[in-house]
Amino acid sequence: MAEHTTRVVDKVTGTETTGHEWDGIRELNTPLPRWWLWTFYMTIIWSIGYWIVYPTWPLVSSYTSGLLGWQSRQAIIDDLAALKTQRASMVDRIAETPLQEILSDQTLIDFARAQGRTAFADNCAPCHGAGGGGAKGYPNLNDDDWLWGGKLDDIAFTIRHGVRSNDADTRMGSMPAFGRDKILSRPDILAVTDYVRSLSSLAVPANANLAVGKKVFADNCAACHGDAGKGNREIGAPDLTDQIWLYGSDRNTIIEGLMNGRGAVMPAWGQRLDDTTIKSLTVYVHTLGGGQK
Amino acid sequence: MDADLLERHANPDAASRGASVAPSNIPEDETPLYAARRKIYPQSVKGTFRRIKWAVLLVTLAIYYFLPFIRWNRGPNAPDQAVLIDFSGRRFYFFFIEIWPQEVYFFTGLLIIAAMTLFLMNAVAGRVWCGYLCPQTVWTDLFLAIERLVEGDRRAQMAADAGPWTAQRVLRKGLKHLLWLMVAWWTGGAWVLYFADAPTLVKDLATGHAPFLAYAWIGILTATTYALAGHMREQVCTYMCPWPRIQAALTDEYALNVTYRYDRGEPRSSVKKSEQLRLAGLPAGDCVDCRQCVNVCPTGIDIRNGAQLECIQCGLCIDACDSVMDKIGRPPRLIGYDSDVNLKRRIAGEPPVQKIIRTRTVMYALIIAAVGGIMLYALLTRHAFDVSVIHDRNPVFVRLADGAIRNGYTMRILNKQLETRRFALTVDGVPGNVVEIVGLPLGAARIVEVGPDQSREFRVLVNSYEYAPAASSPIVFHLTDVESGTWAQARDHFRAPERPK
Repeated sequence: MAEHTTRVVDKVTGTETTGHEWDGIRELNTPLPRWWLWTFYMTIIWSIGYWIVYPTWPLVSSYTSGLLGWQSRQAIIDDLAALKTQRASMVDRIAETPLQEILSDQTLIDFARAQGRTAFADNCAPCHGAGGGGAKGYPNLNDDDWLWGGKLDDIAFTIRHGVRSNDADTRMGSMPAFGRDKILSRPDILAVTDYVRSLSSLAVPANANLAVGKKVFADNCAACHGDAGKGNREIGAPDLTDQIWLYGSDRNTIIEGLMNGRGAVMPAWGQRLDDTTIKSLTVYVHTLGGGQK
Repeated sequence: MDADLLERHANPDAASRGASVAPSNIPEDETPLYAARRKIYPQSVKGTFRRIKWAVLLVTLAIYYFLPFIRWNRGPNAPDQAVLIDFSGRRFYFFFIEIWPQEVYFFTGLLIIAAMTLFLMNAVAGRVWCGYLCPQTVWTDLFLAIERLVEGDRRAQMAADAGPWTAQRVLRKGLKHLLWLMVAWWTGGAWVLYFADAPTLVKDLATGHAPFLAYAWIGILTATTYALAGHMREQVCTYMCPWPRIQAALTDEYALNVTYRYDRGEPRSSVKKSEQLRLAGLPAGDCVDCRQCVNVCPTGIDIRNGAQLECIQCGLCIDACDSVMDKIGRPPRLIGYDSDVNLKRRIAGEPPVQKIIRTRTVMYALIIAAVGGIMLYALLTRHAFDVSVIHDRNPVFVRLADGAIRNGYTMRILNKQLETRRFALTVDGVPGNVVEIVGLPLGAARIVEVGPDQSREFRVLVNSYEYAPAASSPIVFHLTDVESGTWAQARDHFRAPERPK
């Protein structure tokens, strides 16, 4: 490395070198442009301002909060409040309009469906599926079969109070465990299984004793499911004569239900969601396709 | 002092280009790879092409600055601005045409036509785009005119720049930059007027009520106009613009280019000397080496060196040369629009040819006509309304209590007319179907209403009481405008479980 004593000018570029040399390679003296340096200095000064104005330094158990008192949490709260204000007029209209009238106003339907779709995705989709298609034991909300009634008020009540939930007004009713609790014998269970399948025209084994099944049904099941097996929406007893089976229609599934009983739970959403959201959810679920007029 | 000396005085760098720079020990052939910018002082000029340039400048800038203020009556529910890009309403208005977002293919067509027109212009008359129509050229020209107005012509400017910073020079420079910034600001201001109702926005801008975005865009475009037209000028053409590089591939020997007719100009010498030579019966060119063509050139080149990347083909050198030829009593157009083929033909003693109809030009014209025709057809035959359908994905189908299969669809109807329309829905393709539109009473006539210039979504449920022939069968949604009888269709599929064997 040469001593930087004399000014050396590079031949090719005409630029002065720094005087440093490594293996014959010299470094041109091309300092950063002045404007660039000043921009850099300004950013340093700017950052000091930032330290003072915004929360910056972590302390032992807290942090410097800054002159503005700005908080990211508060910023989100403000944003959400602004969003609410923006939507207030429509939300108010949903709140003060009876459910039946929402369904006859296209603007309100559109808003309620949009709000309902979001609320559904957040709260209902884990059990009922993203499009309300349901799953084994979780009702499909697109079909026309309703355990607890498919009118707007029925749906709203179910959402608000839940099914077998902790709510005082919850929908109540459950299928007893006929087998496990030794109410019915094994042959009786097999007989009533075949009888129930025959109600919705499903194939039954040639040796099925439908007469015994019918008797067992009348004695044990008709109280809830009705004499003709048409179900009872007061207590959520399914219609056994239609094509829709919540848990499945094969023999083993029905036998399993008779052995151990059924009784899935839906939370009472009235405890968690506000009234307009529940109304929007009701309209959304109703318009999925299965809602009754 | 002559102009050359002045220039050398003002620009020591320029004068010494090609020679050694600071240290004297650089050999002649080791010139620096980087050349500093040589400031160009284009001299004002009068003549045919200058007049054409003024006319083009006036027309193009007048269109740009005043177009947003032209009104166009579209009825009560639509904006009355002739040309409007309405982002919030998601519409583009161009006089009688209204473009919806899904019709952006019209812009694709427009871009193809623009590119092909550029190619065609290039094949016929070289880079006329660069010389007359390019925004960089137009605004630079305007900025140069302002500069001359305030600081004087070439010589006055060079003399002032070579001299000290007098109060007058400061004043003039200050005034020039102020005027430049005002034009730049107006340029940015006119831009934002295309995106909102112009008179309202002007009022809002003046009273400080306009959206922040409007001010931001005015700021950005003021800065870019000021920088590009005021300071960067010919460097944009030489270093930034890809067109000079591309156009070399598009031109041919028949394309007109601003050309120095060296067959007529060489050998060049002074007026007196060439007259003596001519009297003596010796060859003498018309070029008197007055350098006027160089002085007026906005990119600072010497056209006598032949076609070059920097040349924007503006023809100002033609005007400059013609005025000199007029003074010395020689015929004009020593420099003129000429083609390579004619240059060669003249030297060979053949008559010049003007061949505009060539494979190249015919192809470009045909493409323009084809794309234009397709666009016009699409524009004239497009539906006044449109329908699209999306099938429910989850669940794909549902079995109803009575065993029917139901499919759910989201149907969107676009009503492009400016009045409320009623549409009747029929569904074909699925045997024994029942169609229900959510929100309408079951069993009612399936007629839906869509407001003016709106799109509206409907949920449609289709139940089939017969087994579909396959797991998926085509289904057609047919919508008829109740009043006019025009119709539109959307196709989708009806999904069902496999028919049991």
